[in-house]
Amino acid sequence: MNEAFAYAERGAPGQIPDVPGGWDHLFGEMLIDITIIGILFTVITVYLLIRYRRREQGQEGNPPRLTTAAAIGWAIIPAFIFMADDFYLAAEGWTLFNEYRRVPENAYEVKVEGSMWSWHFIYPEGVESFGELRVPAGTPVVVRMTSKDVVHSFFIPDFRVKQDMMPGRMTYLWFYPKAPGEHLITCAEYCGLMHSGMKGMIKVVSQDEFNNWIETEKKNNNT
Amino acid sequence: MYATEEALRHKPGFGQTLREWIFTIDHKRIGILYLIGSLAAFAVAGLMALLIRIELGSLGPTLTSNPGTYNVWLYFHGAAMILAFQIPALTGFLANYLVPLMIGARDMAFPRLNALSLWLYWAGIILALLTFVIPDPPDVMWTGYPPYSLKTGGNTAFYVFTVHLMGFSSIVGGINLLTTIFYMRAPGLKLNKLNIFVWSTMGAFVLQLVFIPVLAAAVTTLLFDKYLGTHFYDPANGGDVLLYQNLFWFYSHPAVYVILLPTIGMIFDIVATFAKNRVFNYNMVVYGGIGGVVLMSGEVWIHHLFTSGMPDWIRIGMMISTLLISIPVGLLMIGLLGTLYRGAIQYTTPMLYAVGFIFLFLIGGLTGIPNAMTAIDLYIHDTHFVVAHFHYVMAVATTFAIFGSVYYLFPKMTGRMYSETLGKIGFFILFAGVNITFFTMFIVGFKGMPRRYYDYQQFPQLEGLHHIITIGAYIIGIAALLILISWIHGLIAGKKAPDNPWGSKSLEWTTSTPPPPGNFRELPILTEEWHPYGYGRSK
Repeated sequence: MNEAFAYAERGAPGQIPDVPGGWDHLFGEMLIDITIIGILFTVITVYLLIRYRRREQGQEGNPPRLTTAAAIGWAIIPAFIFMADDFYLAAEGWTLFNEYRRVPENAYEVKVEGSMWSWHFIYPEGVESFGELRVPAGTPVVVRMTSKDVVHSFFIPDFRVKQDMMPGRMTYLWFYPKAPGEHLITCAEYCGLMHSGMKGMIKVVSQDEFNNWIETEKKNNNT
Repeated sequence: MYATEEALRHKPGFGQTLREWIFTIDHKRIGILYLIGSLAAFAVAGLMALLIRIELGSLGPTLTSNPGTYNVWLYFHGAAMILAFQIPALTGFLANYLVPLMIGARDMAFPRLNALSLWLYWAGIILALLTFVIPDPPDVMWTGYPPYSLKTGGNTAFYVFTVHLMGFSSIVGGINLLTTIFYMRAPGLKLNKLNIFVWSTMGAFVLQLVFIPVLAAAVTTLLFDKYLGTHFYDPANGGDVLLYQNLFWFYSHPAVYVILLPTIGMIFDIVATFAKNRVFNYNMVVYGGIGGVVLMSGEVWIHHLFTSGMPDWIRIGMMISTLLISIPVGLLMIGLLGTLYRGAIQYTTPMLYAVGFIFLFLIGGLTGIPNAMTAIDLYIHDTHFVVAHFHYVMAVATTFAIFGSVYYLFPKMTGRMYSETLGKIGFFILFAGVNITFFTMFIVGFKGMPRRYYDYQQFPQLEGLHHIITIGAYIIGIAALLILISWIHGLIAGKKAPDNPWGSKSLEWTTSTPPPPGNFRELPILTEEWHPYGYGRSK
């Protein structure tokens, strides 16, 4: 079913889309959109509130008489304006959503298991880590996740991604760490006592450093 | 009609004995008892909000060092505000008090059923308040998601039974109200002459009757899973965690419109009364606005599950249906603004609350658009951005409508006028407080702060903003106290109210103040020309 939505994909295949950039761009666009609507409504409301205040005791309104055509027009025309804006935003949102959901082909795959209240990462090389996810810079990373106990949510604010994890189902998200650095992971679905303390760190290191780390960890495991 | 006759046998005027109130089957007294219950719930749940905000006001443990206590506050704040304050204040107090008066009926169709619905509600309130007495209070938030609600040591059964009682109360009330609206209208009161509030109540109760059973199914299976060993939500035995979330939001999103519809209906009535103007494009408001919301309310619930792991195709579908809700809601806004057009607006306290509602609802509605967009929501879902959004659009806007309605009906209910000065001071402080609190919350959420956090060690840079939010919460608390004082002052020292202090044409103002048992000395007979909003006809 998900494949049916793939045709709205943007950019050439193989190219890694800039999801956080796309998010910031779309959010900015939307902020402009709702600010314009908001200011428009506010100006009209304030004008009406001042212009039509009561001037003398016992004054009544002088409402316009709407013809049938005007009454229908006042329903249909605004409805279509709202609908046009809705569909415009929906189209943009759909495009970005596809980027969120289409994992780039060469992505590095890590499994994560949530449990109250920590994250357990399992790398394809058989290495494991708790709380800290180490990934190489310059490679998209896909996180396949599930939970041992209750619903948690894997939220990386810097990469503008979030996905719930729960027992009995496998979910995923992907992100693209371009440069070495540290990024916060924090739980976004209420999971009890230490919900707000359920945090972790993504450590993005250079490819060489990452390879070394994997090798060392493997040796540590074997001994 | 036996019950109505019994109501008529009471001596005119308000009886003073407790017995008369407890055994009352008079819709006005039942409405007032609903109001007292919901304001009590508001006070306790509001206090919880203040505790929550003090806790978050600075980093680290502030009020309590036990996150479990904090989680119980959060649970009670959410569950009580929605189930025990907003829905009962709107569909209990306002609908009960106003609908029979507005349609020119002597009482509800089933007055004894009405009393049952009231006392089910009070039982629900008492059960909810027991949260603070029992040793293992529920800590499942108002959503009660499994598996957490099944694994927690907290008493999920209290949550489930509270929902049951409130749900029964609403179903009983809904059947009663709908029957009343359809069969007990005064002669000559056609459907297209109903007050917008009556229409919106009808819409709200249709939603309640259709969707409450789904919520009941969700929480009852939760109860079975936790205490009887069934496996509805246990994946290890073939259950599914997401089933609950679907069932829960299949009710709870329409529940938002159960709250929105009577709110906006009341705002229409207040605005029309104080602008002394006809409702703009009545048919558009009723069929396009209220009808549209009722029709679309059941097709958008997945937007609460955008990050839950639902299939992509349904997320896209419900993104579009959610965005399209802006059409009926936009029509309602146009109806409201159109009602101001060429009016003669008088700025009393209830009208100020209605104006406040328009601005709060505008901010809340527009910030719903980013939440509706699936891709945008993947970042802001379950952050304070969402908390700010639904407080603006639902919590605060609706509270403004409820407070405004209490001021609006104050002369009719009590026979006394409130003090405009006190009322207006309360309004302006409240308006400032909610904007300081909830607008700042948008920024905190945009910076990534998730909701339901006891502490935020990972976001130390947000402490300053959290501090501002907490100051706003104190201001809201002061405003709430002032509002309460203004009501008590009005009750004790208010001037005697005339029958129709607002000069309204609507039926509830044509009877004496306060209305006698049976509502009208003689049942109104409505002429062809009469209209609840028939202002400015002479010109």
